Amino acid sequence: MLFRPNASSGLPIYLQLMEQVKHAIETGALRPGEQLPGIRPLAEQLVMNPNTVAKAYRELEHEGVIELRQGSGAFVSRNAAIRRAPDSLRAAQSMVASTVQRLRGRGLGDDEIRRLVEAEIARIPEKGGRRG
Amino acid sequence: MGESLIIETSGLRKTFGEIEALRGLDLQVPAGSICGFLGRNGAGKTTTIKVLLGLIRATGGEARVFGLPAGEERASVEIRRRAALVSEAEDLYGAMTVEQMIRFTASFFPGWRSDLQARLLRRFDLRSGTTIKRLSQGMRTRLALLLALCRGAELLVLDEPTSGLDPAAAEEVLQALVTYIAEEPKTIFLCSHQIAEIEQIADRVAIIDHGRLVLSGSLDALQRSFRRISMVFDRDAPAVEFRGAGVARVRREGRALTVFSNDGGDAVLDQARALHPVSVEVAPVGLKEIFFETIAAED
Repeated sequence: MLFRPNASSGLPIYLQLMEQVKHAIETGALRPGEQLPGIRPLAEQLVMNPNTVAKAYRELEHEGVIELRQGSGAFVSRNAAIRRAPDSLRAAQSMVASTVQRLRGRGLGDDEIRRLVEAEIARIPEKGGRRG
Repeated sequence: MGESLIIETSGLRKTFGEIEALRGLDLQVPAGSICGFLGRNGAGKTTTIKVLLGLIRATGGEARVFGLPAGEERASVEIRRRAALVSEAEDLYGAMTVEQMIRFTASFFPGWRSDLQARLLRRFDLRSGTTIKRLSQGMRTRLALLLALCRGAELLVLDEPTSGLDPAAAEEVLQALVTYIAEEPKTIFLCSHQIAEIEQIADRVAIIDHGRLVLSGSLDALQRSFRRISMVFDRDAPAVEFRGAGVARVRREGRALTVFSNDGGDAVLDQARALHPVSVEVAPVGLKEIFFETIAAED
């Protein structure tokens, strides 16, 4: 369920892993109260630096998404902060679908569309705001 | 991390006759990290390793491993006891078999990890009865790595450990390294041209060029701070000097202007917008490009 981050994309691996965990929770692959893989087995399985896995888990705990229990491991929080209803995910999907269709209708190629989306995500907002 | 430095050099210099191989290297490797050491051939990587392990004497400056002075005879012996070097020029005895080499080496190190030995023999596909001189280069490196890991070395200094290995075999090596560092507090100093592998397992990176450190830090921090800002204009790109710290390189090609920034790109973006380009794109940068842009800036 958790797969190898793309190490060469320029996006920090720990952030990618955090996103994967959040996505797994959003889609229900991981449920509140369920246990996550241990840091060491996950590092071995994904062939990642265990410090990086640890960093991702610490940040997820900091955000309230998971709980780290001394001696037992990492568990999805019972009140995981990112729990979006499956409905809103479906709504988001249909927004993306309609935007992609419109852009294609204007003659944009898929690669161009992808670049525009990535550039928008990487863009630093005009006034403050969080990046990355 | 960062509380103690396993490797620390300060103004390290080494001259070979007319050639200045190291010109004031300031390297810091914290305990518990996997540090990728990158540089062109001839930049000073091998010289650095040799100085750290006491194989050659520095001409000036300081080098410490485990807090011990690398240039001092007795300290150096202690360093070599606790650190292991795995390189293509390793000293394995060609006439010995794999098993003999293992038993020979194990006899010098109490606390030899026989459990790890069995596991790695299997993972690395090494057969006990094979004579070392019949092993390919890649297999020899794997054997050298097995010996280094089973000794329980606190610091592994690796020089191209996956050279000559197919992707599956290389992955076994990376997995063995990751497991090693997960089990106990160990530090790995990894010289490699395989930038993708460094991106995969290193948490720190140091880039050496012309005998000096030109970039170093946590890999996450570098990835968060390097940005490529691409602008297109409706006329020839203006020949503007992008002011301020953080500009690694500027490239002009007709109507396109690309700036590499190493401090997040905010300052560059502000200046870029003031030039009224037709489009501005900001993208993250992989380690390969970070390497090329940093080296090119030095040329």
